[in-house]
Amino acid sequence: MPQMNMVQAINDALRHEMRRDSRVVVLGEDVGKVGGVFRVTQGLFDEFGDDRVIDTPLSENGIVGTAIGMALYGLVPIPEIQFADFIYPAYDQIVSELAKYRYRSGGEYPSKLVIRTPFGGGIRGGHYHSQSPEAQFVHVAGLKVVCPSNPADAKGLLLSSIRDPDPVLFFEPKRIYRAAKGDVPEGEYTVPLGQAKVVRPGWHVTLVVWGAMLYEALDAANQAAAQGVECEVIDLRTLWPLDIDTVIESVKRTGRFIVVHEAPKSCGLGAELVSLVNEKAFLHLEAPPLRVTGFDTPFPYTLENEYLPLSHRILPAILETARY
Amino acid sequence: MSTATYSTDRPPNVSGASLEPQAAVARHPLDTCADDVIKVLRDDGSLDPAHDPKLEPSEVIALYKAMVRTRLLDERLVALQRQGRIGFHIGSLGEEATVLGSVSATRPQDWVFPCYREFGAALWRGLPLQRYIDNMFGNANDTVKGRQMPDHYTYREGHFGSVSSPIGTQITQAVGFAWAAKLKRDELVTLAYFGDGATSSSDFHSALNFAGVFKVPIIFLCRNNGWAISVPTERQTSSNTFASKGVAYGVPGVRVDGNDVFAVVKVTRDAIARASRGEGATLIEAMTYRLSGHSTSDDPKAYRPEAWLDPWRRLDPIARLRRHVERTQGWTDAQDREIEAAVDAEVKACIAVSEKVPPPSLDSMFEDVYAEPPWHLVEQREQLKAGPRPKGHGGH
Ligand SMILES: Cc1ncc(C[n+]2csc(CCOP(=O)(O)OP(=O)(O)O)c2C)c(N)n1
Repeated sequence: MPQMNMVQAINDALRHEMRRDSRVVVLGEDVGKVGGVFRVTQGLFDEFGDDRVIDTPLSENGIVGTAIGMALYGLVPIPEIQFADFIYPAYDQIVSELAKYRYRSGGEYPSKLVIRTPFGGGIRGGHYHSQSPEAQFVHVAGLKVVCPSNPADAKGLLLSSIRDPDPVLFFEPKRIYRAAKGDVPEGEYTVPLGQAKVVRPGWHVTLVVWGAMLYEALDAANQAAAQGVECEVIDLRTLWPLDIDTVIESVKRTGRFIVVHEAPKSCGLGAELVSLVNEKAFLHLEAPPLRVTGFDTPFPYTLENEYLPLSHRILPAILETARY
Repeated sequence: MSTATYSTDRPPNVSGASLEPQAAVARHPLDTCADDVIKVLRDDGSLDPAHDPKLEPSEVIALYKAMVRTRLLDERLVALQRQGRIGFHIGSLGEEATVLGSVSATRPQDWVFPCYREFGAALWRGLPLQRYIDNMFGNANDTVKGRQMPDHYTYREGHFGSVSSPIGTQITQAVGFAWAAKLKRDELVTLAYFGDGATSSSDFHSALNFAGVFKVPIIFLCRNNGWAISVPTERQTSSNTFASKGVAYGVPGVRVDGNDVFAVVKVTRDAIARASRGEGATLIEAMTYRLSGHSTSDDPKAYRPEAWLDPWRRLDPIARLRRHVERTQGWTDAQDREIEAAVDAEVKACIAVSEKVPPPSLDSMFEDVYAEPPWHLVEQREQLKAGPRPKGHGGH
């Protein structure tokens, strides 16, 4: 099995699907000749030409709005938003249109497309190149939200997303675009949406994470293990609809729950998970569920490592919960 | 299924700015959407009297020095980024005449709503170099308190807006600002900068429409530098010109040789005069070319052969102005070396200071989110300060 990083794995998935299905088109800013500012679409322009790998004008609402139209016609468009931070001009098209097409047309018009976008901090990007807006899309009925944490999942989840009948927002943790490496199955390889993965089994504390923070959680879990606290680390992979069973089953065993995310704390996906845990496993809890997250401020530039919920902030939360 | 093909194998159109002598443009540049490109500076360094803004010799030298300083700063900052001492820089290499010609035409009461490529304009309006360099380091003295990337400074005293990354957003805001000034009967004009890519944004269209409808005293200055990162201008529009986009909104458009500082001064002055007479907005398309990468994160070799730069290098705005100052004021190489030495010294001194200033305080992260921090931010601030520090933190 070839070793790949996230960028290569996503590229491999796009190439595989474009070869398999001639309806698939990629569109966005700089996705063509240059292969994307992160080089995720590199080489696709040369192989598939500019009818299928389309550099668009600089307009996110243009990109998503026209992609919706293409999908209505029967293509399978995969628009790229260059940074998740720039998704807001397209927000109306995503929230009012893409998410509601099927529902508002009584099921006549499916709206099936995958919006890929790099997100998250840790690349010295300041607040316009570091945000984690995934919860804002989780809040919108009709959308699926996916976030891989490693190359194999990135490929498998992207193929599943492209084939999924619903619109998917595919958040790519750019901090680990090149840092996360691993074996990626060649050719056809899918990871089903809606299935979380227990990355590290444990019995004292359940840690739920996604994207780049997985590695911080694992680092903290290893440090906690040295102090006798064994964490179960669950990578959600699909953020919405989420695999609540895996989470609840784990919390029922551990009785302790921590969710880690880069996005601001309030009204985030962490808050939703804590609510779900309270609703479904309250009597199993041995300690209050905790959130270790970014702060409720815009993402800072110089102080980004203070902002991010890195292992130095996760570890004390684990120990606090374990000793509660 | 078919999409229009854009050229990937031919050099960009340089007809907007040319070494060939041009016939004077007869029409008043702002009466109409001119396909003609306004030029003043001829190749031999002389000026076409038809559009000569008649700058004083001292004004010309000030512009020349500012353009050279801007270029040298770009070079020093790129080097600093390559050494890993700053995180990022986005410069104006090759676009100095557009940036400085336009800003130098503004009056003290006028306001500037920048994109991210106009640090030369901020410095022209008085932003101290030290403050600019502090922003490049994101240190405690940075006016935006290390919150934004480098080149995202603010300078309110200089009537200069705050830089945002999302493309196009400042254009509508600039219209609202200028419109408010008009409603309050204040005599000022607002100059909004943006690139050719930004003309594809929804904000651009809303901005022009509002400006047209409400006869807003604003100048839209589109730096047509050929590219939006790797996407060439012909992928932003199928209009023949960007200036012509004003027509549909009732905003006159004018094209100017953006590498000719005299021509840029001239059209900007005319647009200011027009706005001041209550005649509303003007869209200026400055034909220039980005000689460097989009930013220090970009490698233009992936989409642009080096050879494409050759015609534009020959049109280098600084070299062209240099020919003029040599011809008219006997400018010498020794004087160039003097400017270079002076800029080098001031940049070095500023860097030395900036590098010693600590990062912003942890408290600063929670300030300015709201006018007064609500309970949850107070709580989070205390948690952060009490908590363990990440690896490699300066410790404060
Ligand atoms: C809304 C939005 N989309 C995408 C980006 C990413 N991006 C940054 S600069 C840029 C190109 C801008 O081109 P242009 O407006 O022509 O200005 P130039 O950089 O050429 O001066 C892009 C796509 C962004 N900053 N904002």
